[in-house]
Amino acid sequence: MKKLYLLDDAIISPLGFSTKENIKTIREGVSGLKIQQRPNITKNPFFAGIIDETLLNQAFSEIGSSEKFTKLEKLIILAVKLILDKNKNLDPTKTALIIATTKGNIDLLKEPGGFPINRLKLSELGKVVANFFGFAQTPIIVSNACISGGLGLAVARRLGNSEKIKNAIVVGADLVSDFVISGFNSFQALSTKACKPFSKDRDGISLGEAAVAIMVSTEKPEISNVISLIGDASANDANHISGPSRTGEGLYKSIQKALKEASISAEEIGFLSAHGTATVYNDEMESMAFQRSALQKSPLHSLKGFYGHTLGASALIESIITKHSMLNNEIFASKNFEELGVSKPLNVIQKNEKKEIRYALKTASGFGGCNLALVFKAEKQ
Amino acid sequence: MSNQFHIQNWVKIKNGKIFNSEKLIFDSTEKELNLFLKACYDFLDLKYPKFHKMDGLSKMGILASEIIFRKNKPTEDIALVISNNASSLEIDRQFQESTNTFASPSLFVYTLPNIVLGEISIKYKLQSENAFFISENFNVKLLKNYTESLLVSEKASEVLCGWLDLQNGEYDVFLCLVSKEKNIPFSEENLKKLYCAENDKPTH
Amino acid sequence: MTNLHTELKESIIEQLNLEDMDPADISNDEPLFGDGLGLDSIDALELIVLLEKDYGIKLTDPAQGKEIFVSINRMAKFIEENRTK
Repeated sequence: MKKLYLLDDAIISPLGFSTKENIKTIREGVSGLKIQQRPNITKNPFFAGIIDETLLNQAFSEIGSSEKFTKLEKLIILAVKLILDKNKNLDPTKTALIIATTKGNIDLLKEPGGFPINRLKLSELGKVVANFFGFAQTPIIVSNACISGGLGLAVARRLGNSEKIKNAIVVGADLVSDFVISGFNSFQALSTKACKPFSKDRDGISLGEAAVAIMVSTEKPEISNVISLIGDASANDANHISGPSRTGEGLYKSIQKALKEASISAEEIGFLSAHGTATVYNDEMESMAFQRSALQKSPLHSLKGFYGHTLGASALIESIITKHSMLNNEIFASKNFEELGVSKPLNVIQKNEKKEIRYALKTASGFGGCNLALVFKAEKQ
Repeated sequence: MSNQFHIQNWVKIKNGKIFNSEKLIFDSTEKELNLFLKACYDFLDLKYPKFHKMDGLSKMGILASEIIFRKNKPTEDIALVISNNASSLEIDRQFQESTNTFASPSLFVYTLPNIVLGEISIKYKLQSENAFFISENFNVKLLKNYTESLLVSEKASEVLCGWLDLQNGEYDVFLCLVSKEKNIPFSEENLKKLYCAENDKPTH
Repeated sequence: MTNLHTELKESIIEQLNLEDMDPADISNDEPLFGDGLGLDSIDALELIVLLEKDYGIKLTDPAQGKEIFVSINRMAKFIEENRTK
């Protein structure tokens, strides 16, 4: 199967309005999670990574009028614009647009804000973004819970392999909305502290919002240093719609298939970007799947201590950080990690390190029992 | 390359009727969604109590899958590739409503369109590839291309693909089973024809 | 069996969508989770909501649910001791 080359990318998040700013902030160990109060939803405080609306509108006012677009649309458009600005010869009429999101403009359900009701539809969101830039093909919209962002990359590779598309921009985006806060609160899944993936007294997630975009192609670029996607697989747990399989069945299967497709063994994985949401069950399940896959020695982190759980964006934003780790030979500490609190041993990165990585693995899991594994390769000439 | 794969069976649920590739299976006068879904459940004698906890989208997905799988037992690696226009908005609104008093976790759990894929996977024990796409209308190009890409790369030996939409109590379901065995060629044209067919008679 | 026991069974049947069941089908000391009625983790969360909605009891620690939701008897006892509605 063909490789998918990862080209320019852009991250719009509380850590910055460009990938460069985000990486710098991560390197400095500064988290985007801040304490939040929503007394109409819960009397407990919680932590979330939320993008300042004033900053967003300031940045957006340079390219469009803020009132005409929803918060999520503005985030996505800013991210895509950053890529197109750096790639002036990219032809939007010949480039596929893949958008991964779990809830889109769901904030409009409570507060329509003057937008027509059909903006709740993800296909409308897609149209708005496509029309802004002149993408000719109907956007492909992936909505598959928290693996969506990574699945978007897999979809690009799979369609690229069948030569149905060549170049694409893959977007991942989601908001911290009252809808989602209420939902996770009803699940008793929101921590009152900043989330601590894989740690002993972890007690739930922190939410986050972001929009990320990446240009991808099945055509090898002329630069010497590039990261490619060489293995991808997803498998359902077939266990429960909101709780992961206790043995990590679906994730284990995904990892095995992705490694096999990439023709590498677990020992060759130099870095593992885990899902690590910091719920008791998710992190435990992942440790099971990693141990079954002989990955317990691979340096691992979760980025959710920096971003929170950005839902549909998470697997993509975390893949992009992985890509830069591979390009710059540096791996980042797993923010908020204290003492290991899962039953299987893991090699959690505790401080930033220089490391040459040939192959990396990104994993993600989501409601509905879905799981995803992506294998990335550093193609060096 | 173009006619490598074939449609083995399909199910259509619309306007109170359920068809598969051979015949009209069920015809109900129930106009209200939940009553219609219960009537289908009883007709099929499903014996699956979890059904009653599901949202409308998941119930429809289970009914449609059952129709297909009764005739064609699913392979272990059957991929589920389903799409719709409304995502999970129907249950999203109900969850939103519940947040005015007490947010309901059993409603929140269904507020993602891919949950139906999870319910199908659980019932039929499928630990396989899933993908849920959102589009304005039934997108034959995307479904055909993506389904084919899974089959060609051998990530699945068969695919259950199609459309499963629910908005304002109105449902529109068309799922088909695709694999290598020679049958109706899996093409954009045939997908469109089958989806659009209104009449009672099988179209081949 | 008090009114509370019956009321509780009716609420549970309705809240948790236990179709085709009546209160007579649930015995007072039958396990609600695991074998018995076979409720799951989402049902447990709904029961926490039920405690607050119908009886004004807010659990300080959701993990308490494990002890309280063992059976109808245990639930009824807890409610009698803690209800504010």
